Amino acid sequence: MTKQVSTREILLNPVFNNNPIALQILGICSALAVTSNLNTALVMAIALTSVTAFSNLFIAMIRNQIPSSIRMIVQMVIIASLVIVVDQILRAYAFTLAKQLSVFVGLIITNCIVMGRAEAFAMQNPPWASFVDGIGNGLGYSLMLIALGVVRELFGAGKLFGYEILPLVKDGGWYAPNGLLLLPPSAFFLIGLFIWALRMWKKSQQEPAPFTLAPQVKEECAE
Amino acid sequence: MSGNKESIARTLIVALVVSLVASVFVAGSAVYLKPVQEENRQLDRQRSILAVAGVGGPELSSGEVQKLFEERIEAQVIDLSTGEVSKDYDPLKFDPLKAARDPASSEVLSGKEDIAGIKRREQYSTVYRLVKADGSGELEALILPVRGYGLWSTLYGFLAIKPDLNTVVGLGFYQHGETPGLGGEVDNPKWKGLWPGKTLFGADGKPNIEIVKGGVQPDSAGAAHQVDALAGATLTSKGVDHLLAFWLGEQGFGPYLSRLRQEGV
Repeated sequence: MTKQVSTREILLNPVFNNNPIALQILGICSALAVTSNLNTALVMAIALTSVTAFSNLFIAMIRNQIPSSIRMIVQMVIIASLVIVVDQILRAYAFTLAKQLSVFVGLIITNCIVMGRAEAFAMQNPPWASFVDGIGNGLGYSLMLIALGVVRELFGAGKLFGYEILPLVKDGGWYAPNGLLLLPPSAFFLIGLFIWALRMWKKSQQEPAPFTLAPQVKEECAE
Repeated sequence: MSGNKESIARTLIVALVVSLVASVFVAGSAVYLKPVQEENRQLDRQRSILAVAGVGGPELSSGEVQKLFEERIEAQVIDLSTGEVSKDYDPLKFDPLKAARDPASSEVLSGKEDIAGIKRREQYSTVYRLVKADGSGELEALILPVRGYGLWSTLYGFLAIKPDLNTVVGLGFYQHGETPGLGGEVDNPKWKGLWPGKTLFGADGKPNIEIVKGGVQPDSAGAAHQVDALAGATLTSKGVDHLLAFWLGEQGFGPYLSRLRQEGV
């Protein structure tokens, strides 16, 4: 028996200590694509959290039955079904948002976080712990998405959830928006800054330098 | 269960059961949610009709859309080949897209006719008349459904024209699967803003609207018949060009428009 981990730890660890975006660098694509405003970021966060949680749950429930030769395909079938269901629900109850998210809801299937948690956690752990792990990782992803969404929408468009916060110059206000923030590359810079801040706070996440530069002059010459 | 879980029989059983359960789950949710989605799609189409006619945008609530639609929009089912208004169908229930898929109510287009890449054309279609808000019942804009193939997908949209049956009020697509950022820019308000005021027909009465690369010269003679192409989306631009040519031509709303020209709007 290895060290027992509490449910609380499983839930909260992925938020700061083992954030899927900031530490594992997974799920970057959608983090760039859907965070130009908070509405889509929030819906995407909820969609991904529920898919991760339920795929973990179902996979953990049948983990002892899955033959290892087809385990990836079985995981994919479960994840893909859940994503289709989520997409259908969004189309039924949040049509305009579903339209804005377009392909990105479908692309949750290929989001490495979902597959990664299924393979790394749900295949070895009981259903409840896996479910909580899914929620935890979803929250880690959500935290990043919402942080990016707030910064990008507030400083890129002067709004939050579509409501004006900083009156724009073109509407007679004082705030000149930064258009770059509405474009996907800005999320790269923001994610970079976020990772930097997180690693200053939690030093254990800092990675050792992959190599050290060899001295470029021979020592005897340098004397 | 007995037996080795890695055996071939077990592998097949697990694969089968998982697929079966997953498909029931997916099919069930799709069937169960269909009515709500259908309603949304309907609303989205209506919103799109109002938007191209310039009387509303995405900010309208569902109630407002329905109210505007009831007060200002008259739907008519027309026979595309003769241009006559048909009383055989209820315009609120008739679905031209469904009719286009049914061999009984549509015809196959030959390769030469089918410039818009739609393969089948329905015999009847629905047009929408936007009447003036003052209650006089006079026509403010005529809204025609258009569709055609772009690069990856069929673009579905509406074209609104003024009562002179020549000047564009607006063009918008409510459904397509073009590349976001390139062909997907058909949804860009800036590009859609290029359309109003353009004229669709030449002096000979034939459709004359063109999407041109490299920018329209504002002082050139044909500027009123030309719209800038989308950057980086040659095939989507061509698709839009072709679908307009098709739907304004003899296979599309040509007969209907010429009848209106003779008999008045």
